[in-house]
Amino acid sequence: MDRFSWSNGLLEINETLVIQQRGVRLYDGDEKECCMSMPLSQIIFFEEQAAGIGKSAKIVIHLHPSPANKEPGPLQNSKYSYIKLSFKEHGQIEFYRRLTEEMTQRRWENTPVSQPISSGTGSQSGRTRAVGIVGIERKIEEKRKETDKNISEAFEDLSKLMVKAKEMVELSRSIATKIKDKQGDITEDETIRFKSYLLSMGIANPVTRETHGSGTHYHMQLAKQLGDMLQAPLEERGGMMALTEVYCLVNRARGMEVKLTFLTLITMTCLSLRVSCLLCRLRVFDSGVMVVQLQSHSEEEMIASALDSVSEKGSLTAEELAKLLGLSVLLSKERLLLAEKMGHLCRDDSVEGLRFYINVF
Amino acid sequence: AMNFEWPWQYNFPPFFTLQPNVDTRQKQLAAWCSLVLSYCRHHKLYTLDVMEAQESPVFNNKKIERILISNKHVCYVCLCLLTAGNLEWLDKNKSRCLVMWRRPEEWGKLIYQWVSKNGMVNSVFTLYELSNGDDTESEEFHGLEEWMLLRSLQALQSDGKAEVFTMDDGKGVKFF
Repeated sequence: MDRFSWSNGLLEINETLVIQQRGVRLYDGDEKECCMSMPLSQIIFFEEQAAGIGKSAKIVIHLHPSPANKEPGPLQNSKYSYIKLSFKEHGQIEFYRRLTEEMTQRRWENTPVSQPISSGTGSQSGRTRAVGIVGIERKIEEKRKETDKNISEAFEDLSKLMVKAKEMVELSRSIATKIKDKQGDITEDETIRFKSYLLSMGIANPVTRETHGSGTHYHMQLAKQLGDMLQAPLEERGGMMALTEVYCLVNRARGMEVKLTFLTLITMTCLSLRVSCLLCRLRVFDSGVMVVQLQSHSEEEMIASALDSVSEKGSLTAEELAKLLGLSVLLSKERLLLAEKMGHLCRDDSVEGLRFYINVF
Repeated sequence: AMNFEWPWQYNFPPFFTLQPNVDTRQKQLAAWCSLVLSYCRHHKLYTLDVMEAQESPVFNNKKIERILISNKHVCYVCLCLLTAGNLEWLDKNKSRCLVMWRRPEEWGKLIYQWVSKNGMVNSVFTLYELSNGDDTESEEFHGLEEWMLLRSLQALQSDGKAEVFTMDDGKGVKFF
């Protein structure tokens, strides 16, 4: 049987077809059966393919790429990653059922595979080693695809922005032309669109005749929206949030809308605080850290709780206090610094870090 | 000599960090000055080398692993001592100084008291006799370093209570 070699069935140059006959069984010598085998672990998944006109029902089995040191078989290379089994005589249903069972149990994973390794290198089974290499290559490929996807997604926002910017540029060009050539009226729709573009960029509208002091209706709305958005988070965090936290919160909430610039955010916050409903203030610490603080937030309470914690523990770092009180490290540091400024705490600055003690000097 | 008793601040870690709060710092530095002076008095030390301050247990508490950093914070302490009249720089670079845990005037007074108590007014002494003589062994000023002794006597001199003069092999003093 080993004299045979596989071919693609096409005639070579000096060959002619003599006769073709189906359904002939081949014996290896007197051996009726010869076998091809493939381990179940090669199977990724399988499915039934319904019969069609002139087509029999089949089981389609999708396979992992073969390991590098697979024993020789019928075909060296195939462009397909699946095979189909066609059951000429019955047996498909039973086969499918048993295969499902085996694929669920995956017994081969529990028993060590003893495969003959011709070169005898390594104690691991050849299959595991080869899958490792293939696995790594696959991981690299997946990673590359993921990176591509991430980059595309990142640029999605940007390209949306570019689309908007392009629209805005076209619109402003058309308005400018109309003004310049005194041609046609700038429609109300165009005016509104233009205003909204500018405002979403944080620019006060120069076109409008009604510029009330610090803002237009849109600004006020934005400010109110900000105030509403901040109420709950502020209360949750004990009445104080760093401006950077506010920035992240707000811009995350804005989703696909154009993000607020930091400057806009500060302006809006100040405005919001004047307009509001929210009663809080923008506060700048000596260190330069900016926070939004609820008016109802009590400085004394904040200091008192810090002092309680410090005297309970003897001494605390900003990180330790943050953990104790559930605050950000930034804000807990500000608390400690404030207490120090007021003379309640003193500091120990060493290679071990910055610690605060109750001031007993 | 008895063991030196460290003040409570010595074992308080923040003592070794210069405090940014001005009020706190004032109290801290006052405690440092007091510590330096009493340590020097106890061990009869008269000079302080700023560069080597870290080697001294005064500025280096090994038990709590804290050091008052030279060149910066030690100098703050020196500045306070200077202001209080307890320190004098020995060099332009401010690397060494005299620690006067007792000021010259105070020494002068002590010496004069001893002189008059023993009826030795109008006597003449060499400086060596005063600081190292058998007669003065039980006195506090016994062992006083010459530069300090001289200053003390010069203080008395300004008060008209003594006169310092130079002899062949050193200086001497007459009390009035």
